[in-house]
Amino acid sequence: MAEEKKNKNPFKSVIWKSIFRVQVPQDRRGRMMQVLNNVFLHLHPVSIPKHAVKVKYTWCMGGLSFFVFLVLTVTGILLMFYYVPTTTRAYTDVIDLAETTPLGIMREIHRWGAHLMVITVWLHMFRVFMTGAYKPPREFNWAIGVILLTLTMLLSFTGYLLPWDQLAIWAITVGSNMAAATPLLGREGPGAALVSIGDINLVTPLSDAKYGLLGEREVRGGALLRFYVFHCIAFPVVIVVFMAVHFWRVRKDGGVSGPL
Amino acid sequence: MVDNTSNTDAPLSRRGFLSWMTVAWVFFAAAMGGFLTMCGRFLFPNVLFEPPSSFKAGFPDQYSPGAVSVDWKGKHRVWIVRTDDRIYAILARCTHLGCTPNWLPNESKFKCPCHGSGFRMSGINFEGPAPRPLERVRIGLAEDGQLLIDKSVTFRQEKGDWENPDSYLMT
Repeated sequence: MAEEKKNKNPFKSVIWKSIFRVQVPQDRRGRMMQVLNNVFLHLHPVSIPKHAVKVKYTWCMGGLSFFVFLVLTVTGILLMFYYVPTTTRAYTDVIDLAETTPLGIMREIHRWGAHLMVITVWLHMFRVFMTGAYKPPREFNWAIGVILLTLTMLLSFTGYLLPWDQLAIWAITVGSNMAAATPLLGREGPGAALVSIGDINLVTPLSDAKYGLLGEREVRGGALLRFYVFHCIAFPVVIVVFMAVHFWRVRKDGGVSGPL
Repeated sequence: MVDNTSNTDAPLSRRGFLSWMTVAWVFFAAAMGGFLTMCGRFLFPNVLFEPPSSFKAGFPDQYSPGAVSVDWKGKHRVWIVRTDDRIYAILARCTHLGCTPNWLPNESKFKCPCHGSGFRMSGINFEGPAPRPLERVRIGLAEDGQLLIDKSVTFRQEKGDWENPDSYLMT
């Protein structure tokens, strides 16, 4: 058995070849093909201009935002094993995540990561603006980026309610009352009376933007469950789709923009 | 090469194909539109599991004139205020962004902890960002002589609602 193994080159075994598809590259073309033929490696460009790796130029803020997003995904999934989004359990579950759960720091990592991601996304946007990287042909990717920024803020907003403490409840009360002041679609917003059929007003406390956001008239258990689903499933799925388009467009629009 | 335009023996002509495609796309768009409408409507529940909006708040005699009662604030979010000649109920919901203010007896005002709006005992706003006075709710007497508060009916000062006899009780 051992003798047989010694004699065989592992790089030429059936298993190796079935996993990696291409031979160990010997030239530039081979190295390119190796990157292009691997699902993980192909996410990276096969080559990049020298200026694109300068931290002084990019601050690496886009990459850091994505890295923090991955950390938030992993820690968020772990938190879901302990946290129950009901009014009777949410608050104590969050305390238990610090007091009784192994290591007691997973929730803090998630919280710090959430703050950090908001900061890195804003700094990324600032860098892109200051280096003029929003200009054609990258103007569409700037628009995608604005959607990603909005989704980041929505993830931050929905996560804010989940600890179910006084700060959470009143912050979401204030935030959802802003939704009630939406023009046309909010019950207290300007022009809400215009949205009507005959005498029947269509924008009421039981049909306006705030009601659709919370699923009830005030912040209660229904809003907690709804924000939990938005935070853990709906918004992450949507943001991953837009991130895919965002990263793909960086490549297709000519890679990281050059110095002016 | 087959010349499609003159191929009359084909089971489906170009014109027929296009018209069928039009029908298919119209149905597909209608189905998607209908389904998305359903998804949107699904997020607006028909039944709410909220506590009833009206409650009995004891007898008028238990409230002393010139005082604000905070007894029902925790459970029903309402203050009962009795002045020299009348009793009214104020909804403890700040008119700025919906937080619950506190009654500060020493300063004789309602103060909101979120952004600092202040209201007089009457509910009139006088400081902070609140744009209008606190709302009052319907107050009446139940058959057994207790106060009956109904939060589903609100009265706004800026609309002249506080003159409505349902918004206060003479003592």
